[in-house]
Amino acid sequence: MEGLWTRWLLRTWVVLILLFLFIPILLIFLYAFNTSNIQSWPIPGLTLKWFSSTFDDADVRTSLGLSLQVGLIATALALVLGSFAAFAIHRMTWFGREVVSLMFILPLALPGIITGISLKAFFSFDGVPLSLLTIVVGHTTFCIVVVYNNVLARLRRTQGSLIEAAMDLGANGFQVFRDITLPLISTSVVAGAMLAFALSFDEVIVTTFTAGAQNTLPLWIFGAIRLGQRLPEVNVVVSFVILVTIIPVVIAARLTGGGGAARVPAAR
Amino acid sequence: MAVKAVGRPRPKGGGAVPFAAVFWRLPWLRSLLLLTPPLAWFVVIYFASLVLLLVTAFWTTDPFTTQIVQVWNTTNFERILNEPVYHDIVGRTVLLAALVTLTDAVLAFPFAYYMARVASRRVQTLLFAAVLLPLWASYLARVYAWILILNHSGLLNWSLQSIGLPPANIGYTNVAMWVVFSYIWLPFMIIPTYAALERVPESLVEASADLGARRWRTIRDIVLPLALPGVVAGSIFTFSLTLGDYITPLLVGGAGSTFIGNVVFSNIGIANNIPFAAALSTIPVAIMAVYLFIAQRLGAFEAL
Repeated sequence: MEGLWTRWLLRTWVVLILLFLFIPILLIFLYAFNTSNIQSWPIPGLTLKWFSSTFDDADVRTSLGLSLQVGLIATALALVLGSFAAFAIHRMTWFGREVVSLMFILPLALPGIITGISLKAFFSFDGVPLSLLTIVVGHTTFCIVVVYNNVLARLRRTQGSLIEAAMDLGANGFQVFRDITLPLISTSVVAGAMLAFALSFDEVIVTTFTAGAQNTLPLWIFGAIRLGQRLPEVNVVVSFVILVTIIPVVIAARLTGGGGAARVPAAR
Repeated sequence: MAVKAVGRPRPKGGGAVPFAAVFWRLPWLRSLLLLTPPLAWFVVIYFASLVLLLVTAFWTTDPFTTQIVQVWNTTNFERILNEPVYHDIVGRTVLLAALVTLTDAVLAFPFAYYMARVASRRVQTLLFAAVLLPLWASYLARVYAWILILNHSGLLNWSLQSIGLPPANIGYTNVAMWVVFSYIWLPFMIIPTYAALERVPESLVEASADLGARRWRTIRDIVLPLALPGVVAGSIFTFSLTLGDYITPLLVGGAGSTFIGNVVFSNIGIANNIPFAAALSTIPVAIMAVYLFIAQRLGAFEAL
């Protein structure tokens, strides 16, 4: 119904927004190959030398190791807790269900700094020293919701009649779960796990409050940018982090047909 | 649900059978058992933390030992109320969060409109993917990209010079913060707006046209009111995320760019005054509570 002019204007707008969204990201990748250690435009030439020096950097490797550890443990915990919550809420009809739903979303709806400072106050009050464990606790808390959302959305679209049919045919509870429920929800569980890992791998705000002396990769990047040091390595690490977060998201989006990876409310 | 009509299943053999039967007949028991671990996590860790934050805000620290003194008082809040510097900081944070939200709404709406109501199915999918990528691409990476763009010898000044304009030195200013925040949270606005626009029934738009409304009238009186909950849902994210940020002000802001988050952050570091940081962080919580209340009145929760 839009006229030719309107369509043309809208298309121009869309192209401009896409350029705005993608030029900075492409620029990062280009700077990773910058021959100069001064970060100015245009870059004088292309080189691969920063990749090897970054890989040899012990600090980067240690923080990468910690990030992977935190990401995997937090994802595993969020997977169990988020799926449990989704299964429970799916069957619930009482009034408390909206309250419980809102509760799981709270760590994403409240500013990250609130979650961070609360946990910091909590650990300090309980005398828990900041460590790998405290980082994991923080990450799990905001990762639960992505698993929960994905699994719940899938359960809502799954037909109860399939489960009833299996039970009528004599399957016991375990068999129904193994042969019917699990295959139906498995891709949403995997998608939730992918997104939880991506969320954890990139998180910096809550982590600054819950990490002690140790650095995750984002904390290393944050420190290096703040001090303006080792920027050629920052370029490489940052490009790497973009790839590591994007790949699981692409997988999750394919598994859920797009909507599951929306991070913000997108589809009912 | 149809569950009740099925009645009692009769599975054969196996020790797990009685359990399964019990859970089937008493679904609330199953729900309760499943819900306990995640609920316990949230109550024991997260809510305990939030409550403790509120309580800590009414404590103080001993200036000599930096130990927390657990005596109920309102010193922290008095300090925030009486020192004008904190008024400026709160004002700046809220103002910029509002400005960023408005900017993103304006940038996102035509884009989302094209996605939802003009683009073909294929282009729609491509554009959705194109918004998802920056939505998830590392936050720090994208802030850093703007440091590279905005610095004196960055892409922006190079572009300006190559078309004969004077350089714009907006690096490390509040303008830089406005640009970077608007950039970073834009996908959070596009997606809910798009989702809301896609749900506007075609029949209403056609009816409006049949009744003689021109295109802009239809957009203003039909499409815009129906899409508003989506825009408000997006604004919850753009507003809340800006309100609680301290990384962007630290990295791209200048001397006059201190946010609430920065004061909170500096008070848990060297100063090690958790009670004061806690008192300060109740401000964004209070602001968000008001914001969520208004958003709920505008129907944003139905779009959530």
